[in-house]
Amino acid sequence: MPKLNLSNYDTANFLDEMVDEKGQIRTSYTLFRERIEKMGWKKLNFLQHSTDRAQLSLGMTFNVYSDNQGLERILHLDIIPRIIAGDEWDLLEKGLKQRIIALNLFIADIYGEQKVLKDKIIPKELVLSSATYLKECIGLKPPKNIWCHITGSDLIKGDDNQFYVLEDNLRCPSGVSYMLENREILKRTFPEVFEKLKVRPVNNYAHNLRDMLESLSPQSEATIAVMTPGAYNSAYFEHAYLAQQIGAELVEGRDLVVKDDFVYMITTKGLKRVHVIYRRVDDEFIDPLVFNKKSLLGTPGLFKAYKKGNVVLVNAPGTGVADDKAVYAYIPRIIKYYLGEEAILDNVKTYICAEEDDRKYVLENIDQLVVKQTDASGGYGMLIGPKATKAEHEEFKVKIKANPRNYIAQPMINLSRVPTLTEDEIQGRHVDLRPYILYGDDIKITPGALTRVALKKGSIVVNSSQGGGSKDTWVLD
Amino acid sequence: MLSRVADHIYWMNRYIERAENYARFMDVNFNLSLDLQPDEAAQWKPLVVTTGDWPIYERLHKTVDKGKVIHFLGFDAKNGNSIHNCIINARENARAIRPEITKEVWEQINYLYYFVKEGTEKKRWERNDPRNYFIEIKKGCQMLYGIFDSTISKSEGWHFGKIGQLMERADKTSRVLDVKYHMLLPESAKIGSPFDLIQWSALLKSVSAYDMYRKKYGKLTALGICEFLIFDKHFPRSILNCLIGVDRSLMAIADQEKPYRSKVEKHLGLLRAQLEYSDINEVFELGIHEFLDAIQSKLNDVSESLFKTYFSVAESYTSPTPLITKNYQ
Repeated sequence: MPKLNLSNYDTANFLDEMVDEKGQIRTSYTLFRERIEKMGWKKLNFLQHSTDRAQLSLGMTFNVYSDNQGLERILHLDIIPRIIAGDEWDLLEKGLKQRIIALNLFIADIYGEQKVLKDKIIPKELVLSSATYLKECIGLKPPKNIWCHITGSDLIKGDDNQFYVLEDNLRCPSGVSYMLENREILKRTFPEVFEKLKVRPVNNYAHNLRDMLESLSPQSEATIAVMTPGAYNSAYFEHAYLAQQIGAELVEGRDLVVKDDFVYMITTKGLKRVHVIYRRVDDEFIDPLVFNKKSLLGTPGLFKAYKKGNVVLVNAPGTGVADDKAVYAYIPRIIKYYLGEEAILDNVKTYICAEEDDRKYVLENIDQLVVKQTDASGGYGMLIGPKATKAEHEEFKVKIKANPRNYIAQPMINLSRVPTLTEDEIQGRHVDLRPYILYGDDIKITPGALTRVALKKGSIVVNSSQGGGSKDTWVLD
Repeated sequence: MLSRVADHIYWMNRYIERAENYARFMDVNFNLSLDLQPDEAAQWKPLVVTTGDWPIYERLHKTVDKGKVIHFLGFDAKNGNSIHNCIINARENARAIRPEITKEVWEQINYLYYFVKEGTEKKRWERNDPRNYFIEIKKGCQMLYGIFDSTISKSEGWHFGKIGQLMERADKTSRVLDVKYHMLLPESAKIGSPFDLIQWSALLKSVSAYDMYRKKYGKLTALGICEFLIFDKHFPRSILNCLIGVDRSLMAIADQEKPYRSKVEKHLGLLRAQLEYSDINEVFELGIHEFLDAIQSKLNDVSESLFKTYFSVAESYTSPTPLITKNYQ
């Protein structure tokens, strides 16, 4: 039986989360490493195969967007967990709470008095020109004044062993079902080491989500629905999974009807009132009377019912304005403005192409930078300067000049690496981190996350649509 | 429960029942073909006629042989009712209502899905003897019935599922009987010959009725078999027993407050009463084909009124634009 050999484990040029600069195993990984070395290669491989099968049988699949053939893929789950020390997590949690409070105040302000614009903390044109700024939301007063109830921020760890926020994902962040199901699978895979390490549990998420949704309605027995674009949506597994976990109805836009500005579900026994909708349909598609007129995914009249306070939408429409990649650059200043505190979690340095000095710098140094479209996500519309060709650089320069508001640039960050099972050995692969935040009467952050991993050697693109996989994230006590 | 959900559960179960029936037909017919002279067309064409898929078959193939029929009914994506498509459709329906069914039900449907996908990819129809493949599907479906009954609460959803299953079952039993009877008894003289016994036994086996029939009647007779498959109150695949089950579920779903019966209950009640107040002699007087034909058309009325009463409630509230979510980006 080939023995598992970790002596060749390569940590050159990158921060590795298992092995430190001196080649020593970090404390959080000691026990785990001992365990897999004892286990050997054959057993590890066997466990990985069982995992693939478990995922298929659970139906943890997603449809690929460009693919209408109903082809389903699983999001590859690498069985080697990512392990985060308890004190490191506690600081992260503090930082995320601070950030989400400030972002929520910011969104409320933008659709309210706009003090932050009047005080010139962030350029007015920059905010109001964002494609995700919805003027229909001006004057909205969501229950408890909370806009972004459910957030899944993307963080990365750099060479300095610090976490940075890369994106805030305040709209319909996905992936939480993978955090929960990956954990279920890993508990079967490594039961002993899991127990010995005292990994913090994640299974309160569903209860917390349900409590939060219920708390938003004055109704004592609120009817809660999860709204999905349908079974062909790439995140459908998650929509169905969450509806089931929290005991909500899973509805599509066509299952709802608005009468006299109240929202109802169409049931076998007639209409039934709905009080809270956790919608996984983007702002643009929720109501064809107000937003995209061609949308077949929404329900006509939904927005008006919401405006009148007859139904709660989670998240509130319009939160995307704080998600704009150009607005992102100002978030440390936004935190300072609303809370009078320095940001606990750092941003990645960001150049705003709409600003002249920054644009000049970006155009001159495009081969060193990662350029992103301000209103895109999922790894689309992106240029990784150091890995792109000359022609691609030129192509992006033209795009930036034509529409500077649409682009930002960031230095290429060396994402940290975590040991990952490859075909014949264990190698470091780049990862990011997506923890999940619930904002209701209080803020709850589940001690765990979806860790996305770029499976291709050297790749830093972790998106599932582009060859990324996932890992369970163990937060230690 | 959501109208759309009720519709999906109904169809999920209907497709599974259909797949199970087809799998059983294939297994039984393959066995039968081993006992009979090698006139392939005569042995395999009636099977396609029974399933009601003959018009599609005719369009796709000029001749009838074992290999073509096995492929057509078992694997062909062009045949909307092939086992392959039934399982895929059942799973699509299950996926659409994932929160309404249990993890156990989902996993079993998913198991079947991957099983038929693999079967089609590996061209199982090319095997000399594909019986094990069909037996595995049959067992997989039967296991699903068991899981469905032992993990799903017997509330509205379960009842809609039950109605789907029993409507399909009644339909298939009546079709098998209709086609086979026609074939086997063009004239009454042949009853009792050894050749007939094999065929009549096969008819019973194709609806899993052989053992229970033998227990009750002992001797194989055309009259006894028809009586058993149409009127038996206790055999789970007799037409009457299916209708009794559908009626029970409709009662459970119905709005207890309303003083009158819905259209679907009326249609079903009339059909059930017609069977309950008739007997096999009357059937033979009328002609068995005519009788079964009428049953089929009344079963269709029940399906249609079920759809109108419970599944298409949406039409009265929203515009009837077709909803396409498939190409959403």
